[in-house]
Amino acid sequence: MAQAILEVRDVRKLFFATQALDGVSMSVAPGTVHAVVGENGAGKSTLMNLIGGVYQPDAGEILLEGRKVQLRSPNDALRLGIGFVHQEIALCQHISVAENVFMAANHGVGLVNFTRIFSRTAELLGDFEAHGRIDPRQKVRELSISQQQVVEIVKALSVNCKVMIFDEPTAALTESETEILFRIIGTLKGKGIGILYISHRLAEIYRIADEVTILRDGRLIQTAPVSELGQVELVNKMVGRDLRDIYPAKAPPSAAGAAPRSLLEVKALSRPGEFEDVAFTLREGEILGFAGLVGSGRTEVARAICGLTRKAGGSVVLRGEELDIREYKDAIAKGVVYLTENRALEGLFLELSIAKNISVMDLDRVSSLGLIGRKAESSLAERFVEKMKIRLASVGQKANSLSGGNQQKVLISKLLSVSPKVIIMDEPTRGIDIGSKAQIYYLLRSLASEGIGVIMISSELPEIIGVCDRVAVMYEGRVCGILEGEDVNERSIIRMACLSEEKPENQGTGASK
Amino acid sequence: MNKSSDTSADAGSTIGREKPGRAKPGASLGAGRGGFREGTTILVILGLGVIMSFLSPYFLTVENFRTMFMSFAINGMVVIAMTLALISGGIDLSVGAVMALVGIVVGTLFLNLHMNIWLAACIGIVLGLAIGAINGFFITRIGLSPFITTLGIMQVGYGVASVVSQGMPLPLQSLPAEFKFLGRGMIGGTGMPFVILLFLVVAFAFDFLSRRSSIIRKIYYVGSNEKAARFSGINVNRVRMGVYMLVGVLSAFAGILSIARFNSATNTLATTVNMDAISAAVIGGASLNGGEGTIFGAVLGIALLALIQTSLNLLDVGPYWQSLVTGLVLLTAVSLDFLSHRKSK
Repeated sequence: MAQAILEVRDVRKLFFATQALDGVSMSVAPGTVHAVVGENGAGKSTLMNLIGGVYQPDAGEILLEGRKVQLRSPNDALRLGIGFVHQEIALCQHISVAENVFMAANHGVGLVNFTRIFSRTAELLGDFEAHGRIDPRQKVRELSISQQQVVEIVKALSVNCKVMIFDEPTAALTESETEILFRIIGTLKGKGIGILYISHRLAEIYRIADEVTILRDGRLIQTAPVSELGQVELVNKMVGRDLRDIYPAKAPPSAAGAAPRSLLEVKALSRPGEFEDVAFTLREGEILGFAGLVGSGRTEVARAICGLTRKAGGSVVLRGEELDIREYKDAIAKGVVYLTENRALEGLFLELSIAKNISVMDLDRVSSLGLIGRKAESSLAERFVEKMKIRLASVGQKANSLSGGNQQKVLISKLLSVSPKVIIMDEPTRGIDIGSKAQIYYLLRSLASEGIGVIMISSELPEIIGVCDRVAVMYEGRVCGILEGEDVNERSIIRMACLSEEKPENQGTGASK
Repeated sequence: MNKSSDTSADAGSTIGREKPGRAKPGASLGAGRGGFREGTTILVILGLGVIMSFLSPYFLTVENFRTMFMSFAINGMVVIAMTLALISGGIDLSVGAVMALVGIVVGTLFLNLHMNIWLAACIGIVLGLAIGAINGFFITRIGLSPFITTLGIMQVGYGVASVVSQGMPLPLQSLPAEFKFLGRGMIGGTGMPFVILLFLVVAFAFDFLSRRSSIIRKIYYVGSNEKAARFSGINVNRVRMGVYMLVGVLSAFAGILSIARFNSATNTLATTVNMDAISAAVIGGASLNGGEGTIFGAVLGIALLALIQTSLNLLDVGPYWQSLVTGLVLLTAVSLDFLSHRKSK
């Protein structure tokens, strides 16, 4: 193997009493993709932040092309040729795409040459085949999340790097953008750049990585060529225990009975520009998946059902009663709740305690005479901490002190605290580790078996197929069909999600057969 | 002041109990942040008090403490209001203008229209509520930022107050004694001014409610993360509207107390109250980003500012230095707090 382009020797990092990294060493060879895997809290992000100059190690050293380097800031790292595509989008929303892209490279004091940066950005976007879709002059806030992620990547590429760090780059990308990213990573490899790649999606790692390093609880477990490590072995090493079935058994057809009882009926729901004539039935005790491309209207439908946005037409019927939902509060009162896909932005009160995060949806439950009972509030939270196996020291600690998976469990606890009848979950496992994912799948199944109707919107087909009893497929604002039983498989879903234009007669069907 | 020791003890034990484990950076200060700031403010107040008791024989007298408390009892109402606005993630720059305008309107109704002073005071409160609702309207319906909206209303308020009073202070010596009692009276024989008691009652009530009331809790939710509040079924606009109306009422109340105390109404009375209120709230732990702050902390903040002012007076430091010192205290408090958080990352 050629000399490592980047080497990390025995780095340690202590956060308070927590050993976030405990003597980790690894190296990246030029022109290879080195994946770093581990559960949330394993230390992946901390390691990347050390390499990216965001944090400084307490002990150990970082070598770039064999020379020891001190990285005191992200700027230091960038100057030495370490690019970093962060998981969270960190763009300035109010300025143009081009200015964002060249913010990193623009160290001069002089004036911005707009003509130059516009054309250069267009070139870079062209590499991403996003040219024409994203205008360098556009303000970033006008872009979709996946387009913003593309800009984030292009921004990192605008600097000539020796090492590129990708922290969950595909979390917000569409399938085709992911493909393009992989092709770009291929090009970078060809240029001899060393690539560090973090992802929760194992399939991606097997596809593009050459080597993989497994971290657990801040310690290095193993580094090996990807080809020498089977998927099951990899997962077991990540989790530290045997994890055979991440998907729970589906509801047996007999449990649904001869005539499955309908719980929620959505009829002719529409909202111009977002979706039209959406109709489906959610049965008692089932998990109904919503598949479709990003932008096909799944989130919009869910939000309109809950009164988070105003529906233009159609009706929502819960157990035979037509619901008059004007705002989200009305839906909550009827037992229809929604889990947002955007945990940090729309879900959590990061600066408030976990207890306060859980009680928020129905303060009356923990209050008497308008006064909140502190005991009632913390015991409500503790009940869910136990039920959901949330790992924490005290329900009084702030929500931002938890890892992604545990944060998600706090959000789900918040929904469950109002004893809902229908739960709509939008991308419930986005960005969380595989152990927590499995826990959430089992939780959804146990909720369903208690008779709660569960709707799961997901862009990850394996989990839709693994978890859901039936799957509604959306395409361009319409439900183009509902699959059931044997038909819940990758081929049928993709065909329906991508080719449904060919069979317009299927549109709007599936409103229970 | 039992409340305070409770809170800091709570906070302390939370830190103590936290096990090293899953916690990520920032966890240790967790729930303790508010208590932490209140605790340090108390320490600074006590420290300064001890120093002053050595430097000035006059410091530890009842008379001095009475003057000191009197000096912030009325503006303290506005500090409470400002803190609520900051917690909601907004700000209200119109508090001083509302105070002045309500004083002038109530005074004019009494003096020129010979209206019963209590009825006039009620109209003053309603006026405060209405101005709050106008602020709320621009912020929630039109979608302007609280800073811009209340800046505009502040200017309009001062403008109206100046036009009505023609820039002249209204002489109100003829106010009935019962009304003057609000601002100047002592509670039978104790030598305790009524207005101080009133302020303490209001402060304790709001502090208690801000910790326990489910309605005020919603202000914290909205200030902490407006979108998350919406996605938790909270009607964000209704909460924000409520905040500005409450701020209006409290400011109007302060305006009425100030005419009872000073026997006059003037459009310049409350020119510095906005910035003092923001300083006090921030020194006491409120954040301009919303979601943080306590009434108790804010009261400590204004107490500290009053203490500094009194100390400077006792030490014969000219009034021109006071603003400078206040500014330095504000910067020091906020910087220390910021550094203590950053170091832990």
